[in-house]
Amino acid sequence: MLTVRLFARLREDLGTGELSLGWSAPATVGDVIERLGAQGGEAWRRALAAENLVIAVNHSVSSREQVLEDGDELAFFPPVTGG
Amino acid sequence: MAAMGSRAAGTGSAAAAPVRIRVLAEDIDVGELERWLQREDGGVGAIVSFTGYVRGRGAGGDIQRLWLEHYPGMTERAIGAIVAEATRRWALHAVAVLHRVGELGPGARIVYVGVASAHRGDAFAACEFIMDYLKTRAPFWKKECSGREERWVEPRDSDEAALRRWGAPGGGSGRPDAAEGSA
Repeated sequence: MLTVRLFARLREDLGTGELSLGWSAPATVGDVIERLGAQGGEAWRRALAAENLVIAVNHSVSSREQVLEDGDELAFFPPVTGG
Repeated sequence: MAAMGSRAAGTGSAAAAPVRIRVLAEDIDVGELERWLQREDGGVGAIVSFTGYVRGRGAGGDIQRLWLEHYPGMTERAIGAIVAEATRRWALHAVAVLHRVGELGPGARIVYVGVASAHRGDAFAACEFIMDYLKTRAPFWKKECSGREERWVEPRDSDEAALRRWGAPGGGSGRPDAAEGSA
């Protein structure tokens, strides 16, 4: 099982902040993005193709090439604007 | 709200500078933090702090309120990495980083960074370093609300540019990588 979390504008645009995905190995972040786009449709494909999309795996910034493990928490969000 | 206390290893006179990191909905008690930063070890000769406030005016006009969202868990981890890097670069006696989340009105405190050291140079530099990285690497997002209008704040190139003075490599703006050289 993978947990996928979305924040800020992405969470609003896609209408959810968290979802679970069944696990199938091997999977990279890029593979999961493809799965989410296939099952979520155009809005998901567009949101996850954004050039400034930030990816985090288990609370660390990561990349599309990152290989995932069962139980990982994957997060997608726009550039940060705190402070 | 999430909270984390840790002791970061330092390279300076403070062998293990006490660190206070908090993400909270309540207001920030600046006076209490300054007393905490002053310590009782006799070595603190300088405290530099930065307090960020909600402006009453933004890119979209008057701001009635600000909404701050964060990524619990990753936020504390990212701030911890930034503070660890600061304690590696400068001789610090104590560091406090507090950031509010939720709904805030104009004039409200948003963020506080306080640094205690023996001399002002280390405290000024570390405070600015932590603030620069916090703005561009910690997963917080601001939304400005004015009347019925709501807009997510866009990252500013100038915030990313501010990192270069600390030797940060160029990169996509607003990507919350940990400060280089740390976790």
